Amino acid sequence: MSVISYREALGQAMREEMERDANVFIMGEEVGHYNGAYKVTQGMLQRFSERRVIDAPIAEMGFAGIGIGAAMVGLRPIIEFMTFNFSLVAIDQIVNNAAKIYQMSAGQFNVPIVFRGPGGPAVQVAAQHSQSLESFYAHVPGLKVVMPSTAYDAKGLLKTAIRDDNPVVFIEGETLYNTTWEVPEVEDHLIPLGVADVKREGKDVTLIAWSKMVWTCLEAAKALAEQGIECEVVDPRTLRPLDVDTLAASVQKTGRCVIVEVGWPVAGFGAEVAYQIQKRCMDALDAPIERVTSDDVPMPYAKNLEDEVQPQVKDVVAAVRRVLYLE
Amino acid sequence: MAQIIGLPKLSPTMEEGVLVKWSKKEGDKVSPGDLVAEVETDKANMDFNIEDDGVLLKLLAKEGETVKLGAPVLIIGKAGEDVSALVAQAGAQAPAPAPAPAQAKPKAEPTPQPQPQPQPQAKPQPQPQAKPQPQLQAKPQPAQPAGGGKLLASPLAKSLAIELGVDLRTVTGSGPGGRIVERDVRAIGSNGHAAPASDDAHEAQAEAKPEETAIAVRRPQAADHDTDYTDTPASNMRKRIAARLTEAKRDVPHFYLMRTLDAAPMLAFRERLNALLGDKGKVSVNDLIVKAVALALRRVPECNAAWIDDGIRTFHRVHVGVAVALPEGLVTPVVRDADQKGIGSIAAEVRDLATRAKNRQLKAHEITGSTFTVSNLGMLGIERFTAILNPPEAGILAIGATIDAPVVKNGQVAVGKTLTVTMSCDHRVIDGALGARWLAAFVDLVEHPESLAL
Repeated sequence: MSVISYREALGQAMREEMERDANVFIMGEEVGHYNGAYKVTQGMLQRFSERRVIDAPIAEMGFAGIGIGAAMVGLRPIIEFMTFNFSLVAIDQIVNNAAKIYQMSAGQFNVPIVFRGPGGPAVQVAAQHSQSLESFYAHVPGLKVVMPSTAYDAKGLLKTAIRDDNPVVFIEGETLYNTTWEVPEVEDHLIPLGVADVKREGKDVTLIAWSKMVWTCLEAAKALAEQGIECEVVDPRTLRPLDVDTLAASVQKTGRCVIVEVGWPVAGFGAEVAYQIQKRCMDALDAPIERVTSDDVPMPYAKNLEDEVQPQVKDVVAAVRRVLYLE
Repeated sequence: MAQIIGLPKLSPTMEEGVLVKWSKKEGDKVSPGDLVAEVETDKANMDFNIEDDGVLLKLLAKEGETVKLGAPVLIIGKAGEDVSALVAQAGAQAPAPAPAPAQAKPKAEPTPQPQPQPQPQAKPQPQPQAKPQPQLQAKPQPAQPAGGGKLLASPLAKSLAIELGVDLRTVTGSGPGGRIVERDVRAIGSNGHAAPASDDAHEAQAEAKPEETAIAVRRPQAADHDTDYTDTPASNMRKRIAARLTEAKRDVPHFYLMRTLDAAPMLAFRERLNALLGDKGKVSVNDLIVKAVALALRRVPECNAAWIDDGIRTFHRVHVGVAVALPEGLVTPVVRDADQKGIGSIAAEVRDLATRAKNRQLKAHEITGSTFTVSNLGMLGIERFTAILNPPEAGILAIGATIDAPVVKNGQVAVGKTLTVTMSCDHRVIDGALGARWLAAFVDLVEHPESLAL
């Protein structure tokens, strides 16, 4: 085991998979000579040459499409979006080509591609660069959506995503790159897609969160433990496929559920989770399922407002107290 | 600006009034002194004269409705004003119809409204802007709103109540709107201590197999040799019996009607039925009585009823509860639609329910919803007794033993078979004459048992 950063974990995952399989390559804006806008691809150009570490022009639609074409003929591209906000320019390629070609070609072409990059609000990058787009992609059949919260998960899930024969949307936490976690020093640290992870055990209420919100929930759980409330924090890790079994088993145990996401409330992915939970846990629920989300507004630039819009520890604590009928 | 007008004090001692008749309708223009309604107070029918100028925008109380003093009855204002917000506010001012005596503060009292769900509770009355508090207060409210509305309980509370054998009707809900939540059930199910689920499951199991665990549980008490008594912790069932029967005997005005009837025809009829059935089953005296009770309730449906605070609920279906003794208490499984079932199927059903009752295998729906109950101690040699009502039912019939007794036939004393039955009545629902009428119907059915087969 070694303690490494989330950024380093992602870099290791890509380097190991590129060593392992010559068909894997990475393409994106500034991934090569600049070593990545967030330095995730640090050193990769030197190691793998311009043939496999390709600096793309500022044209997401174009390089996403080129990646899909390459995947169709046997390569395994990793397409880096500088942030997932820019994937909106390429969303037609992702939704209409990557997600659909396998079915529309009657299985003749599969698309083993990973679209990766940071998502979710960071710090004062304003409305257009502070979006959580996982709900957009999780909506689409044919896509897998992965949202790791720790270095451990990031490495294991990215390696699995690269080996997956179908398109994976891999959204990293923009503010998580410097967080650290223990990661095993084994060659094949692989985490299957569609398996949730209990990040903290507890008996009173289940907190479901992914990516950055796992950290917020862990912090809230700590604060609540001082009030004698034991939260179980469950991280689905992949939104699609979703490990409903693990989530439901936790709610069966606790009888209460709070779903925390940094995205917007309306049609956010948490709404789907809430539906799945109530369907499976109807008789176990002691209170309506609560959701904590960002406010239903474009992100303000001002720091104080930016904090206020997003789910904070105090919001999670308040929601937990509501489902426990303590408010 | 439009405003809500509350029910004024029309007699010095009135606390509520019945809105007998509106004299004006919505849209009518009124000036101070105009008669707008006639209100029945504790003293007499009084005129309700308006003190304001304007147009009656909305009449909030229905004719015949009982309205608490100060509770919203109408909205007055200028023609065409939007009153939707005020209507909502008035609705919120009518609090959950909650008979909790501890909360009898001077607040807006229920204007009974057809909605079965309790409204979010409003703040005390004085300022008409009383903003409805949204949902989340933890003030205890009775889970069962007066008027027999829907019982509110979380799904977990419901499953837990079944597991722990807690009757939700005896539980006070602490959730929003009086919703019963897990902690409320646990408070009753485990002696006021919130216990982890596993402990409760264990406790439930212990109850299910008394011969295995009860001795072990009680022995340490006996070792306490400084005392001359043994304190046995109450089981959940015993707690429930204690709570419900205390409440019934305390709160329901009981009276009793007793009749001794000629049981010979019924015993002969039963013999004939059992001869016919052979080894295909057996009909007991109690089965015939269940059937007779059900048919008597059809003949006198006013006794198939319950008191619901503002009135009497008459049930359309006849579900007869049959009290079954268990080693540590009793349970009352229900024969549904007993009036429509044949004697044979009642017999089979009662036997099945009683067997499963003794094995603690009854489901919640099998022990709830009866509209009248039969309690029989005849087989234990009791000649007559009085039973405590099983709320909300208005009647329960206590059956004694069939005994050899002198009867007068054609002016001669002869040895006959008699049976004494005692009806306990809720006087709020059943008056003496009505109860007597029901008992006469019952006696007639039992003394002419062929009519039970009709």
